[in-house]
Amino acid sequence: MAEATTTPPRGARASSRPRYVQRFTLTERLLHWVHASAFFVLLGSGLILYIPALSTTFADRPLIKDVHFYTAVSWAGAMILIVLLGNRRAVRATVREIDLFDRDDRRFLAGRTHAPQGRFNAGQKVNAIVTAAFATLFFISGMILWLGERNTDIRLGGTLYLHDALMYLSVILVLGHLYLALVNRSTRHSMHGITLGTVREDWAAAHHAKWHPDAPATTVAPPLNDHIPALADVDQIKRATNSHQEGEP
Amino acid sequence: MSSDQPPQSPRENVGARRLGRAGFLGLVGAGVATLFYGKQISSVTSAVTKPFADATGLSHIVPSSGWRIYTVADTMPVFDRATWRLKLDGLVGRPLELSYDQLLALPKVQQLSTFHCVTGWIVDDVHWGGVRFHDLLASAAPLPSAHAAHFVSAEIPYDDYLALDDLALPDVMLAYEMDGQPLPQEHGAPVRVVIPDMYGYKNVKWVERITLVPRQGAGYWEQRGYDVNAWVGRSNGYG
Repeated sequence: MAEATTTPPRGARASSRPRYVQRFTLTERLLHWVHASAFFVLLGSGLILYIPALSTTFADRPLIKDVHFYTAVSWAGAMILIVLLGNRRAVRATVREIDLFDRDDRRFLAGRTHAPQGRFNAGQKVNAIVTAAFATLFFISGMILWLGERNTDIRLGGTLYLHDALMYLSVILVLGHLYLALVNRSTRHSMHGITLGTVREDWAAAHHAKWHPDAPATTVAPPLNDHIPALADVDQIKRATNSHQEGEP
Repeated sequence: MSSDQPPQSPRENVGARRLGRAGFLGLVGAGVATLFYGKQISSVTSAVTKPFADATGLSHIVPSSGWRIYTVADTMPVFDRATWRLKLDGLVGRPLELSYDQLLALPKVQQLSTFHCVTGWIVDDVHWGGVRFHDLLASAAPLPSAHAAHFVSAEIPYDDYLALDDLALPDVMLAYEMDGQPLPQEHGAPVRVVIPDMYGYKNVKWVERITLVPRQGAGYWEQRGYDVNAWVGRSNGYG
């Protein structure tokens, strides 16, 4: 999804070594990468099952079907385990954050991408919501397909259509996501956040002006710990927020 | 004071609404409705997607015509017209082997019928050409004790059974043509069973042997839990 493309403040160049702030917890990053990995395995195996030319090239359909099915089951189990064993408070906080759309979020979605954004911009929130809904529907329709082959009484006429439509829509969504994460210059630094957990402070200020993390005083990327700004003292954040805003362009 | 809320600036909540959960539930609800009304929805969306797929060439890649190719072995059988033989044996008075040309010499019939896969996809109006089973089996003189046929596919280990009464239905055939062309490899060349009222797994592809037996047994998919008599049911959207 699109991000604000505000030019980073000049002051950010004053230091030769940029300061980094924590953007994603280890739990969030694990959820992201387990989901992404499973998605591409499921997409690859699903396309072999779906496209006739690929079906005839990779003729071992039962094996591909097993890969598809057990990847889906493993994905669901892994996602649940990560939430149960990970930082549940952080996950709850993130869910609340994504749930909330304020006036600036709505302006952002209306095309005014310079509207100041929080830790997630409105496009990322929409992406997260749509991805979660699609994953739920993929799992439901996939399970009905799997069970329905064994007992045709429980089959529903639109199951395959839904599963296919979700695939097409997801591919479009993922292509846009990959463009912004890997190609688009102003947004691709976000890859640093979702891999190592941290982003440059000046980049955060430019792209997520309303997000003011409790920035660690470091000039290098902090280690892969599970610290999240959400757990910081709110009063301290507000103080930092007010002083930080005064310095913004 | 500590909190697990994300840090917020004073502007953060201006005009804030909890839309995320509603959006999620709305999408999931629409998806669940699609499970029940997918056929109706697809007839509307295909008016847009089909011209697009045709114009972009996508229809040559994705199964827009409805067919999906299912196999159980790691390679597909290859048809050699010179060496191919169809064996007819079991409870027959005259076991025989037919060459492809001998098969083509039998009375040819054609039909339009709908193909239903057990996984839910449907192909309407498939044009089949082939022979009726009574014409095919007559030359082998079935014995009175024969009540079912065991179809053995060249795609090892695929096989299945059909009752002789079902083979006598007016739209059941051993097809060697599809949509005016010799049966393509992926559809079972050179011959496959066509029984439109049963799901596709009963429509055995790459048939190379038909053995008449006293009763139906469990074929490849029936051994894995599928129905022996796979009549197309209401769950396929044809209620």
